[in-house]
Amino acid sequence: MRARTIFAVALLAAIVPLQAQRGGGPPAGPPRTVAPIDLTGYWVSIVSMDWRWRMVTPAKGDYAGIPMNAASKTVADAWDPAKDEAAGEQCKSYGAPAIMSVPGRLRITWQDDSTLKVETDAGQQTRLLKFGAPAAPAAKAPPNWQGTSVAQWQTSAAGLPLMLRPQERAADVPAPAAVRGGTLKVTTTNLRAGYLRKNGVPYSAGAVLTEYWDLTKAGNDTLLTVTQIVDDPTYLRTRRLIAYPFKKEANGDKWDPTPCSARW
Amino acid sequence: MSRRLFTLVLLCSLTATAPALAQTDLSGWWARQSQNDNGYANEPVDLIGIPVSADGRAKALSYNIAALSATERQCQMYTPWYIVFGPFPLQIIPEQDPVTLKLMAYRIAGWGDKGEQMVWMDGRPHPSPNAPHTHGGFSTGTWEGNSLKVVTTHFKMGDMKRHRAISSDRATMTYTLTRHDDILTVTGILDDPVYLAEPFVLTEIFQRSSDTSFFPLTACEPIEELPSLHENPALVPHYLPGKNPFINEMTQKKGIPLEAVLGGPETIYPEYRKKLKDTYKAPEKCSSQCGGPPAAGRGAPPPAGRGAAPPAGRGAPPPQ
Repeated sequence: MRARTIFAVALLAAIVPLQAQRGGGPPAGPPRTVAPIDLTGYWVSIVSMDWRWRMVTPAKGDYAGIPMNAASKTVADAWDPAKDEAAGEQCKSYGAPAIMSVPGRLRITWQDDSTLKVETDAGQQTRLLKFGAPAAPAAKAPPNWQGTSVAQWQTSAAGLPLMLRPQERAADVPAPAAVRGGTLKVTTTNLRAGYLRKNGVPYSAGAVLTEYWDLTKAGNDTLLTVTQIVDDPTYLRTRRLIAYPFKKEANGDKWDPTPCSARW
Repeated sequence: MSRRLFTLVLLCSLTATAPALAQTDLSGWWARQSQNDNGYANEPVDLIGIPVSADGRAKALSYNIAALSATERQCQMYTPWYIVFGPFPLQIIPEQDPVTLKLMAYRIAGWGDKGEQMVWMDGRPHPSPNAPHTHGGFSTGTWEGNSLKVVTTHFKMGDMKRHRAISSDRATMTYTLTRHDDILTVTGILDDPVYLAEPFVLTEIFQRSSDTSFFPLTACEPIEELPSLHENPALVPHYLPGKNPFINEMTQKKGIPLEAVLGGPETIYPEYRKKLKDTYKAPEKCSSQCGGPPAAGRGAPPPAGRGAAPPAGRGAPPPQ
């Protein structure tokens, strides 16, 4: 009995520091104060990937790259931008699951201590990334293009398991120190149905968008990568997995608000 | 301590410690998702989205893919950039110091015409600029927050994008590997003072996989591919300036203006759309390589429209 107790205490003692090292959970304190990375500022899309599906409106029927199912194709084949315009739905391709693919600029600011505001000049959309518990169903806004987003900081581990700790080159040359950092995780639901691609590839109102926002420093540039996972059993065979890069700009000189367009 | 409490503590400890490794462990097999056009090339001239310099454009337009059929070039390895952003899956293997068991390097495995890349984690410096260049180059890695940041130098000239653009042996590649549960996001920056006007940025997504069948560890063996090259070993397939016969294919098939097809830094930013508005004419309907759900009879969609298997075969297929 005593040996068992000692073993359990020792096990717990071993776990507590490991938990502390592992990170992954949200740090304590107001999200703005404890932010492990600074996402605020102006960011411009770098359209080096999927150019022909993003910089121009692709031809009807060009669905390459999207794991669509048969129901999705039926909807996309009936794409009619004139109909969308007539219905006042020019912003169907500017919803949260698609807006990061639209060439343009982001302006990211703190709306308050627990809400990041992400504005786009293309389509003049606003996303509010709210930290904390999701709103109760009764308090939820009606479905909309940008949905309801719940944000969470994921901090990096302060230490690593032995097998992942970098080896020192020599006794007097320490391995490179890890730089502090973290990830913003955002989960978005309560979406109004829209298009993943301008030419009518749909996502449903039941789609769930999970995003990871990460920063990369290289030379004088700071890059923001937004990894997107769209889960939509109604229209997708598998998850839609894509990541979009943005580059930080010094100021908003090139901020160019333009309304949504169903055709261009 | 009661047996029940002891069991509870033991169970809690096991569940609490298991994810610790999972958050930072990059080792394993990673299947490319192929939901973008990174590893994709249909037209011989397609520099779309690449910030090539004038020299980079000239180099790309002189390229004739038949050059790869020359015996001495069939097994030339791809660049580390193309290994990450081309059509291949990744196998990442941690190399531990045999004594301390600490991480000495990550090895990104190669096969056939795909070179191995060793990412040193022990703080060793990069060699002199005059040191020999290899196909895999020289890479060092450091942890930056949740990401492994890798800097690669000393690699040979080779593909930047599938048989489309070429990077020089003076290029530097910086990329981060960031794991989010079963997803690996890679953000890469290729800086080449010779063939790029500004750094080329790409992102790629991989998904952790236990299916190793998509990773054929085969050796590359040269064969006689084009008789003309064997009859005349002095022949080097190429196009002279202004003579590339495929320069207009992308415009004819996709309606994209030639200026955009030929790349350049101005073409990758949102402002460029204003120029395109008057010059781009979308084809009436997509006519080839259009994607969409699997055709009936060629593998019906799984129940409830979900759960397709990861790409199989050598590398990944072009986007669906």
